[in-house]
Formats: sequence, C-alpha cells, structure tokens
Amino acid sequence: MSAAFEHPDVVLCPGGPMLLRGDHVVEDADGVRHRTTRAVTAVCRCDKSASFPWCDGTHKVLPDRLRPA
Amino acid sequence: MAMQIPQARGPLTEALFGALRSGSDDFYPVLAVGPVEGEDAALALWVLYELHYRGFDDVSDEMEWDPQLLRLRVALERDLEQRLRERFTSPQGLSVVEDFFDWVAEHDGASVADHVQRAADRDQVLELLRVRSIYHLKESDPVAWVVPRLGVRAKAALTELQYDEYGNGDPNRLHHHLYARGLEACGLEAAYGAHLDEVPLEVLEQNNAMSLFGLHRRLRGAALGHLAAFEATSSMPSRRMVQGLERLGLPAEIVEYYAEHVEADAVHEQLAVRAICGALLDEEPELADDVWFGAFTCLDLEDRFARTMLDHWGADRLGAGEDRREEVA
Ligand code: FES
Ligand SMILES: [Fe+2]
Ligand SMILES: [Fe+2]
Repeated sequence: MSAAFEHPDVVLCPGGPMLLRGDHVVEDADGVRHRTTRAVTAVCRCDKSASFPWCDGTHKVLPDRLRPA
Repeated sequence: MAMQIPQARGPLTEALFGALRSGSDDFYPVLAVGPVEGEDAALALWVLYELHYRGFDDVSDEMEWDPQLLRLRVALERDLEQRLRERFTSPQGLSVVEDFFDWVAEHDGASVADHVQRAADRDQVLELLRVRSIYHLKESDPVAWVVPRLGVRAKAALTELQYDEYGNGDPNRLHHHLYARGLEACGLEAAYGAHLDEVPLEVLEQNNAMSLFGLHRRLRGAALGHLAAFEATSSMPSRRMVQGLERLGLPAEIVEYYAEHVEADAVHEQLAVRAICGALLDEEPELADDVWFGAFTCLDLEDRFARTMLDHWGADRLGAGEDRREEVA
C-alpha cells in the first residue's frame, strides 16, 4: 500500500526551535525582517540564540525551565 | 583532477601502493603481507575506499571493482568494525528520537573547538584546518551512499538535509566548496586529499568509519546514527571556531564556512534525529542499536582525535560539557 505521509511546513521541536519549510520572511520583535536562505530553517524559540531569529543550538545548554515547551 | 597516491606508512601500504601504481592487476603479493595495524592498516583502507570516491590520477579507474582489492578491503573492514564495536556499549531503554540530545550531552568528549576559541595560536589552527580537510573536502559524501538503501520517508528526509549540505542547488553554497575557499583564503592547498600525508591515525579512522557505514547496506542504521551525532555536535563548536578564527584575524572565507555551520547544523541536528533517524526507525525498528553504534562511534572517534591534537599542542583538555552550561545560564 502506498500511503500519503504527513509533511508539515512548521514543526515545533520539543525543547528546541521551530522548523520552517520553504521560503519565508520572519519579522523579529524590533520589526527587522529576515529572509530564510535554505529549504528548512530553524527559528529560535528560546530567545537566547546569538543568531536570532535563527536557532544556533544554544537551547541545548539552557536549564529545563528556560527551554521552549 | 584527482589526487596522487599518498606516502606509504608501513609494509602493507608500501606493497599496495607500489602495486596500484604499477598498473598490473596482480595483488597476490599484497594479500600475502601479514596482518598489520595502526596507520598502515588505516591508510590502506582509506586508499581502497578512495577508489570509490574520486580515485587517483596514478591508479587505473578499473581498480575500483578489482576482486582482490575488495578482498583486502573486506579484511581491513572486518578488523575496523570489530574494534569499533568493542568500544561500544548499547544504551538500554533509550529512545533515539526522545533521548538523543541528552545522550549526546552526556557522551560528548574532548573538544578542539574550545581550544581554538580560547587559546590556539595561528599555526595550530592552520594545522587543524589542514587535517580536517580530509573530511571537509568530501563533506556529506559518505552518507550519500545510503540514500538508495532507505524507505520512502527516511530517503526524503535524508535528501532534504543533503540538499542543504550540497548548497540548495547553488554550487557557491556547497559546503565542501565553502571549505576549499576557506583553505585557499588562508593560503593553504585546497586540492582534494592534499594534506593526507600529515593526518594522524585518528583522522584516517574517522574517515574510514564513515565510508564503512556508508558503503555497507547492512550498516545504514550506523551511518544515520553517525550523521545525527555529527550534526548534534556541530553548531556550538562551530560558533567557538568562528570566535577563535576571528580572534586570530583569519580570513572571512574560513570564518564563513563555520558561521554557515552554526545555523545549518542547528537545522540539520533536528532533521537528522527527528526526521531521518525517526523515519528510519519507524520503518525498521530493529536498526535502533546500529543507530546508537554509529552515534557512539562518531563521538568516540572525535574524542580520540581531539585528545591527540590537544596532546600534540600541549594544550589543556576541558572536561566535556562542564563549563559550557554556565556560558549561557
Ligand atoms: S531554540 Fe535553539 S537557540 Fe533558541
Ligand atoms: Fe556541512
Ligand atoms: Fe550539517
């Protein structure tokens, strides 16, 4: 049987970023717009990335209470 | 242009390289060389694997599928796989998708990026760039062998990640090309394999483990576990590399290679663990142990590589993880 698969455009990674598939413009809290440059982008949800609004893996070293759900 | 056969490092590579260059296809004298280990064995295997990638200018392309060379390759591979498996203990009761990042945090070892960030001098960093070039100039190629061996979901997920490694269709963004441009900007030879003669055993073994996992369908789980561990230990060390390279005033092109990996691998680690390994294990749950084996091998070989380099430089080893948590807390 050939199934149809789920393939969401937005994926919330537990404790980590939001994956975004496709070409998007993300506006940060200061109103600055950032265009995605790759097929899948990780958007920071913990607010601590030095590459904000993109994830840079910093969420992994945060204590649990500071990590996104 | 492909590379030339490198310098031999012992009796096996002496015999093998002479035979490869001679153009004859009689390798019985090579097969007769007794069992060897260490750099001699690792370099012989590296060269045999290389026949499947870009080959050598001074070796006939026909040699890629020579049955006697394949026999030698199998003997060296068995020995390598056995040594890698002996170091591995399977984690009990852990889920790859849910527990992978915590497991990596617990098992991550010595780090050359920490040293580059804080203390390395320019010569040390240039040496590191040269020895890393053996992998980074074929970055992502070993796992490309795995694509046709996967089910639908894992295949789509792996190619989604590899599309980014290979530049999203733009050759200027292709990762191994970014690395070559970085080397050139530093005044280093950027030809494929150019620095092979100076790499330590650990670099050969890192490379060989990836080719072993990539070229054997039965080890596809290990190949994808290795990929996941590699990606999951890249973003933050790449940031430290950026800081170290900037501290030393090295060229923008090599900084760019690492800056790209801060962001790319923050994506890739999620894709590798959740989408790629997740799909693989939904489709073939019996491969879970091999995924862990590949992941462990990646961290273990990198730890051994880092210790060798840090000892060679007379540098301190920071304990894995400890002071990193405080950096951001
Ligand atoms: S979610 Fe990854 S750094 Fe914020
Ligand atoms: Fe890459
Ligand atoms: Fe990557």
